[in-house]
Amino acid sequence: METLTTFLNSFLPEGLTTLIIILLKIIAILLPLILAVAYTTFAERKIIGYMQVRMGPNRVGPKGWLQPIADTVKLMFKEIISPTKASTVVFIIAPMLALAPALAVWSIIPFWDGGVLADVNAGLLLVLAITSLDVFGVILAGWASNSKYAILSSLRVGAQVVAYEIAMGFALVGVLMAAGSLNLTEIVRAQEGGITNWFVWPLIGLFLVYFISGVAETNRAPFDVAEGESEIVAGFHVEYSGMAFALFFLAEYAMMILISTLTALLFWGGWLSPFGHALDNVPVLGTILGDGFHWLFIKALFFLFCYLWFRATFPRYRYDQIMRLGWKVLIPVTLVWIFGEGVAIALGWKPWL
Amino acid sequence: MTFELFLFYLFAAVTLGSAIAVVTVRNPIYAALFLILAFFTSAATWVLLEAEFLGVVLVLVYVGAVMVLFLFVIMMLDIQIDTLKEGFIRYLPVGLLVAVAVATEMILVMKSDVFNKVAIPDPAPLSVSNTETLGEVLYTEYVFPFEVAAVILVVAIIAAIVLTLRRREGVKKQDPSKQVRVRRDDRVRLVKMKAEKRS
Repeated sequence: METLTTFLNSFLPEGLTTLIIILLKIIAILLPLILAVAYTTFAERKIIGYMQVRMGPNRVGPKGWLQPIADTVKLMFKEIISPTKASTVVFIIAPMLALAPALAVWSIIPFWDGGVLADVNAGLLLVLAITSLDVFGVILAGWASNSKYAILSSLRVGAQVVAYEIAMGFALVGVLMAAGSLNLTEIVRAQEGGITNWFVWPLIGLFLVYFISGVAETNRAPFDVAEGESEIVAGFHVEYSGMAFALFFLAEYAMMILISTLTALLFWGGWLSPFGHALDNVPVLGTILGDGFHWLFIKALFFLFCYLWFRATFPRYRYDQIMRLGWKVLIPVTLVWIFGEGVAIALGWKPWL
Repeated sequence: MTFELFLFYLFAAVTLGSAIAVVTVRNPIYAALFLILAFFTSAATWVLLEAEFLGVVLVLVYVGAVMVLFLFVIMMLDIQIDTLKEGFIRYLPVGLLVAVAVATEMILVMKSDVFNKVAIPDPAPLSVSNTETLGEVLYTEYVFPFEVAAVILVVAIIAAIVLTLRRREGVKKQDPSKQVRVRRDDRVRLVKMKAEKRS
């Protein structure tokens, strides 16, 4: 990075160099992310396939490994049909509005100690704020489609996301109380010292609430009433085709990966090794068993697997039950937990310190 | 022109333009969307002023929650755009009067000595966390007004809930907690019996 900066500085003005460096970093984050999204769709079909005792996609490439690329090519060459008497501008903007926040949040996610694009002070708040914008894509898509099914779906999503955002926010309040900071890097550093120091143990209730609301927030099974194909065909994207449809899927999977990563960062110690620093001096294994990006990767992968697992396991919730779970179960749990945590901090018991 | 100044003019121009669009576009959904854009760019302006906490909260509360509900309501109403535009000429004099009054008041206040006498304080060093400072002031110096505001908000919430709450007799409603508690024995009875003889 240093050599690149000096090299660019030799023939470019100062500001432009910074811009180019930032753009390169953004590409370095987003390209693997898009690839991960493509292969998450593949993993989903394969894993759910094996759970249901069938093969999953296995025709394109060796063992079906080229399937996501074939899907992308197919979607890119499909025609985008816009419905009559619909607002074309909003119809086109909606999928972009769904995707942009899902990608923007990655700028403040630390991948290892110091490996972050923007080390923002109020990082956790920013995460909440940007992810709350994600719902607009779905709502506007439903409205702009000029279709009854689509608008029903977007009404459902609106109510659901607003309800679960509150539970999610309260769960994060518990995390920032334990860490004493809103900065994501600081939050992970506060969990230093092996698996027993991770926030998941004192905050296990908040962790469960956070992950459940995360699943609801991304409209995934068992909370996928937005797409409930038995009732409203495909929900908000029923009128979309081609790449516009694919953007919704990109957004959904990017959000899934994001929620998994955030769960790993906030509750499971992020890039920290479960062994702490005890094994740092072991000759060869030290680097593998010490802290590093690979731990974050493994943890995030596990939660991503949970998403797929839920989808293959649970039947879809009825709409009123979703609302009941959000308002009458999750929010009271977080309130009680935060109160208890506050008492513990005020009295100076911090079992995690 | 520094990059920051350029950003300020960009955000300010977008804010003004979308604010004007809110009141001039015909379609109420577009008006709501422009309002969202105005909120978003003013949040960006606040972040430029190093008030990142306020900026983020503006996005979180207004854009993320309030405007979602706004859009919700507008989408559910069947708004006739023609009738909305009726009577523009009739209300124009009153509107102009209000606009002129507000503009003069604002200009008078801005021009007055109250604003010019206050010395602009030095910006705080970057290491000071906005959120922490606000929290400290809010929970020490202003703790009483803060709690009064909280109580008023709770009263408002309860009032809103009570206003929309209505119980009707004879409605067949599901009780999810009852449904969740159902066990197999409540619904299914296994009966053992011998095979009947064919007559």
